[in-house]
Amino acid sequence: MSTATTTHEAHHHDEPPRGLKRWLFTTNHKDIGTLYLIFSLVMLFVGGIMALVIRAELWEPGIQYVDPQFFNAMTTMHGLIMVFGAIMPAFVGLANWLIPMMIGAPDMALPRMNNWSFWILPFAGAMLLSTLFMEGGAPAAGWTMYPPLVLQTGEAFPFLIFSVHLLGLSSIMGAINIIATILNMRAPGMTLMKMPLFVWTWLITAYLLIAVMPVLAGAVTMLLTDKYFGTSFFDAAGGGDPVMFQHIFWFFGHPEVYIMILPAFGVISQIIPTFARKPLFGYSSMVYATASIAFLSFIVWAHHMFTVGMPLAGELFFMYATMLIAVPTGVKVFNWVATMWRGAMTFETPMLFAVAFVILFTIGGFSGLMLAIAPADFQYHDSYFVVAHFHYVLVTGALFAIFAAVYYWLPKWTGHMYDERLGKWHFWLSVISVNVLYFPQHFLGLAGMPRRYADYAIQFTEWNQVSTIGAFAFGLSQLLFVYVIWKCVRGGQKATAQVWEGAKGLEWTVPSPAPYHTFAEAPEVK
Amino acid sequence: MSAKKTTRRLALTLLLSAPAAALAGAGSGWGLLNLPEGVTPISREAYDLHMLILWICVAIGVVVFGAIFVSILRHRKSRGVQPAQFHESTAIEVVWTIIPFLILVGMAVPATKALIAMEDTSNPDLTIKVTGYQWKWRYDYLDEGIGFFSNLATPEEQIYGDAPKGEHYLQEVDNPLVIPVGKKVRILLTANDVIHAWWVPALGGKKDAIPGFVNEWWVRVDEPGVYRGECAELCGRGHAYMPIVVEARPEAEYRQWVAQRKAAAEAEKAAATKTWSRDELMARGEAVYRKSCAACHQANGEGVPGVFPALKGGRITTGPVREHIEIVLRGKPGTAMAAFGPQLSDVDLAAVITYERNAWGNDTGDVVQPADIAAAR
Amino acid sequence: MSTAHSGYYLPHGSHWPIVGSVGLTAMLGGFGAWLNGSGAGPWFMAAGFAILVIMMFGWFGTVIRENLAGLYNEQVDRSFRWGMGWFIFSEVMFFAAFFGALFYARVFSVPWLGGAGDGFLTHELLWKGFEAVWPLLEPPAAVVTPDSNPYPVPKGIIETWGVPAINTLILLSSGVTVTWAHWGLKKGNRGQLVLGLIATIALGVTFLALQAEEYVHAYQDLNLKLSSGIYGSTFFMLTGFHGLHVTIGTIMLTVILLRAIAGHFTPDNHFAFEAVAWYWHFVDVVWLFLFVFVYWI
Ligand code: HEA
Ligand code: HEA
Ligand code: HEC
Ligand code: CUA
Ligand SMILES: [Cu+2]
Repeated sequence: MSTATTTHEAHHHDEPPRGLKRWLFTTNHKDIGTLYLIFSLVMLFVGGIMALVIRAELWEPGIQYVDPQFFNAMTTMHGLIMVFGAIMPAFVGLANWLIPMMIGAPDMALPRMNNWSFWILPFAGAMLLSTLFMEGGAPAAGWTMYPPLVLQTGEAFPFLIFSVHLLGLSSIMGAINIIATILNMRAPGMTLMKMPLFVWTWLITAYLLIAVMPVLAGAVTMLLTDKYFGTSFFDAAGGGDPVMFQHIFWFFGHPEVYIMILPAFGVISQIIPTFARKPLFGYSSMVYATASIAFLSFIVWAHHMFTVGMPLAGELFFMYATMLIAVPTGVKVFNWVATMWRGAMTFETPMLFAVAFVILFTIGGFSGLMLAIAPADFQYHDSYFVVAHFHYVLVTGALFAIFAAVYYWLPKWTGHMYDERLGKWHFWLSVISVNVLYFPQHFLGLAGMPRRYADYAIQFTEWNQVSTIGAFAFGLSQLLFVYVIWKCVRGGQKATAQVWEGAKGLEWTVPSPAPYHTFAEAPEVK
Repeated sequence: MSAKKTTRRLALTLLLSAPAAALAGAGSGWGLLNLPEGVTPISREAYDLHMLILWICVAIGVVVFGAIFVSILRHRKSRGVQPAQFHESTAIEVVWTIIPFLILVGMAVPATKALIAMEDTSNPDLTIKVTGYQWKWRYDYLDEGIGFFSNLATPEEQIYGDAPKGEHYLQEVDNPLVIPVGKKVRILLTANDVIHAWWVPALGGKKDAIPGFVNEWWVRVDEPGVYRGECAELCGRGHAYMPIVVEARPEAEYRQWVAQRKAAAEAEKAAATKTWSRDELMARGEAVYRKSCAACHQANGEGVPGVFPALKGGRITTGPVREHIEIVLRGKPGTAMAAFGPQLSDVDLAAVITYERNAWGNDTGDVVQPADIAAAR
Repeated sequence: MSTAHSGYYLPHGSHWPIVGSVGLTAMLGGFGAWLNGSGAGPWFMAAGFAILVIMMFGWFGTVIRENLAGLYNEQVDRSFRWGMGWFIFSEVMFFAAFFGALFYARVFSVPWLGGAGDGFLTHELLWKGFEAVWPLLEPPAAVVTPDSNPYPVPKGIIETWGVPAINTLILLSSGVTVTWAHWGLKKGNRGQLVLGLIATIALGVTFLALQAEEYVHAYQDLNLKLSSGIYGSTFFMLTGFHGLHVTIGTIMLTVILLRAIAGHFTPDNHFAFEAVAWYWHFVDVVWLFLFVFVYWI
């Protein structure tokens, strides 16, 4: 503090303001990070309850509990809420908490805008959820919102579009802030190639975000004008094409799935070296691999559309480009394995989730590669095989990485150790039930069960029941997660600054809990 | 089937069914673990590729996961090991970039071949146009001049649990697509309202049916039989209720079937010119209603509040006949209410409108004749 | 960097963001309600918009006061620059979506409907008689189902070398005048700054007036409308969003002009001016693409 000039001294007092105003008006990256994480947890439960409605209805053939229209609305809202409400905000929350601490910055570059990025989310989320109560029901055309079906949505339609606009706006501002922070706020000596991988993966993710969120905004704007203002972007009778929407959507949508996994890669690359007590293997190749994945993600979008009747050359191009992504992703997986190799590993909860991530994400990657083979995708497409694929990469991938991150940094955030025994219980319950939940979905898809089905032929009953059992078990296990966090926030064994024996990096040099303002004075990085 | 393939399949079945069998013994669905091999050249291509990639992935998985497990077991602190400190090797990075790349090239070659074969719809023996509707399929035999709709045949009672479910629950239709065995059938796909997708696993895959555009697919079924499939693109409330049933019949039987179809179409034309009694119309109208309208407006005419209007005591169904005929003939653009003019015959339209105007206590007493429809068209 | 670091200005809590969220939500929610036919919709929309305007005054006002008070160092300035730069990039991607739609229609969907390439059967079975030309005056429905064609058929399109060419010149000159103003600012010549800004704003307003006149002409004389099939859709959406951006740019220039007159900005501290100038150039470049791909070829 000594060299800080007096004018700024006033802003560095270490006490957060009290009451509701602290949270509504805050410009502190840690507060905002906390808000994001809480929001994400709430949305995980909201989206999760929708998933349980889906799984309950699919317990047996026939219509038991909900009308098929409502079932479709549940599928749609579940997808939207999990993607935009649970996974993305969780990673932005982690970015807020960690990036400034990892690069030795006093805060995010644009703190007021940071507040706005967050405080758009609850409004957008509320707008989206409010459609459940509207005439005609919530949107029911899938999270992919394909026209012409989505144009049959009732009163919910404009609110669907506008909530997507708001979510996009929030993401873009968040991404801009992250880029400005990383490029402009690093402590002296923190060169780009010294940055922790979590920071690197987020830098690249932020570029993906600002490149594709506006494209999504454009796409849904065209839906809006097609419905209300007579344009014919997606109507052949006017010279447009429904498939055009799919191209624009997936130009966003494919990079979007990497937006949800690259920060997860970053988290795992922080955690494995810590618990293997050995530096990350192949740091620079990890950076290049991440960049290659991001680059490739822009030229593979039509692998979601192999069955729409593209020209052969297009199908071949998108098939080859998609297959290529396995190469840099493989590099990452191999580097993690090489980091573990001949380390001295211990298996605290974050490490358990990280190891499970490497294995289960790879399984999801393998099914992704199978989907990339266009002639085989003619069979897999829009079946439960796809559902199995993306839940392996999203749930045992992205969500497990988030669990790992929360356990890893929770002592830094709260100043207390979490209950290790309960953490391990949470892990084992989750990892078993999640496989009971999703593994059978591979079989269902291959045997011919289409996705987005409220009702199905009787031969699919058995595996659906297994899946539903897994779903409820996995859902219940998450109550334990909330309890562990709650308990840790309330108290527990005091955490040291370094917390983990093998932890390296600036965030482990500040006390736990991290003070309200860290690094008013830039640390020197050697 | 080659011996190699048989062993491969046997191995997979054993591998995958062991836990399943342990779970339940003989339950019918437990054994459904893999893609069917199917009955067309395309389906076999897809199956072989699928198995190839699956095994490659399994092999890579064994290596990668094996290394992880060895590491977990041997390189753990509790065994008192000291961590090594190596963290870089350009050579090894290059190796594990190039080897996966080569493996991918190995996959891409057969995949390219298969894809080219699948997209080759040239020189068909027969062309059938398939049109997706919310929620049924229409089949038009372009060379024969016959066409018909194919609706779900599972009764509503089974869906809502008021009757036990049959063996082919949701995979049965009133009019299956009949094709000759051993002929290359080109399938042209399009849709009337929203996107659907035509998927029969045993025939090797699916293609989207997109309104305003025509897609192509082909099949050549080698074994006579009944093959079942489903709509595979989300198309609204009835997405799960528009199955596909394909019957492959020997050439001679197929010819016979075509002749029957043509005769029935002639009879239908004659029916449109006669005057129908109210009871005849009501009976026929109820059948048409159940088939074409009940999916939305419900069998009891009460609709789905907020989504599909009730026809029981409805403004239009009890109002002027003209408006009623109009909306059924031309539909209502921008809503799910399609134009049924092009879908139903004059007789069916007259019947269903008569039915709607007199069923569920809508006792208007009106009788609409096929001639009225013809006049309104 | 090290010297700047410890002096990084960290604002206290601010209520403007949440006010902005309320404004945005009211505006969009009101618009949605309006589209659903609710009479209260437009009122909510207007109220939301008003809140947003108040928020911008408040928020930017705070930033300006802080800047004038000398709270911002060079590093803060750099953060603003990165922020503005990547914001403009996100705008570029927004336009890219609509250009993508234009190219897709011109290169794929319209030719396919006309029977080219993979579209042979599409044309034969569904759109026989439709001819693929660009500009597309007669969309498929106008040819194949003229009785129920919902798309008004235009009589012609906007002449490239008339108003659009003039507008190109106007926007290009406005790029020059804004740069000239910047030179003035850097030299400390306030007169040149103010004059340059006035000229730029005047050019912007002229552009908008001509654009409006052109729209009236399209609607009234040519029957070319937003609903005239894919040509009208891409034409009005692209030029419309561009026009909206010119409008926003002009308003921002006006604010800068007022601030310049009020004596803000110094030769080495005038990020706000530069941000608006960047924005203006971006709008300019988008126009060049529009001129080439929408009006010309
Ligand atoms: C986090 C999100 C995420 C991630 C990371 C991925 C990763 C991948 N995905 Fe996935 N995908 C989704 C989320 C994700 N996907 C979602 C949400 C959908 C459905 C959307 C919808 O329709 O609703 C989808 C759908 C989807 C499809 C469309 C399926 C269809 O609808 O028919 C395809 C097709 O190509 C695909 C492919 C891939 C590939 C090739 C990868 C690759 O990145 C995977 C690469 C990884 C590996 C291959 C494993 C590790 C590598 C090695 C160990 C090296 C050696 C390996 C070999 C040489 C084989 N995905
Ligand atoms: C982004 C992340 C994400 C996450 C985390 C999940 C999580 C889950 N999803 Fe997924 N899902 C998607 C993204 C995600 N999903 C997407 C994008 C789609 C495609 C949508 C579309 O087709 O348009 C989809 C579609 C989808 C389907 C296919 C629906 C269909 O095709 O009709 C199914 C079906 O099983 C499913 C199930 C689940 C389940 C059981 C979970 C579970 O992991 C959820 C676990 C969490 C909870 C259960 C909540 C926590 C606990 C409680 C609420 C306590 C109460 C608990 C009890 C009483 C037991 N999801
Ligand atoms: C795909 C769903 C669907 C099917 C199938 C369907 N309808 Fe409709 N129908 C609708 C919808 C939606 C409306 C409401 C349109 C509107 O917004 O006015 C409607 C409206 C109507 C109306 C006017 C009701 C009123 O009071 O406004 C009549 C009459 C009608 N349908 C008759 C039929 C008949 C006869 C059939 C079958 C031959 C049929 N419908 C099949 C969806 C359907
Ligand atoms: Cu038709 Cu789904
Ligand atoms: Cu993808």
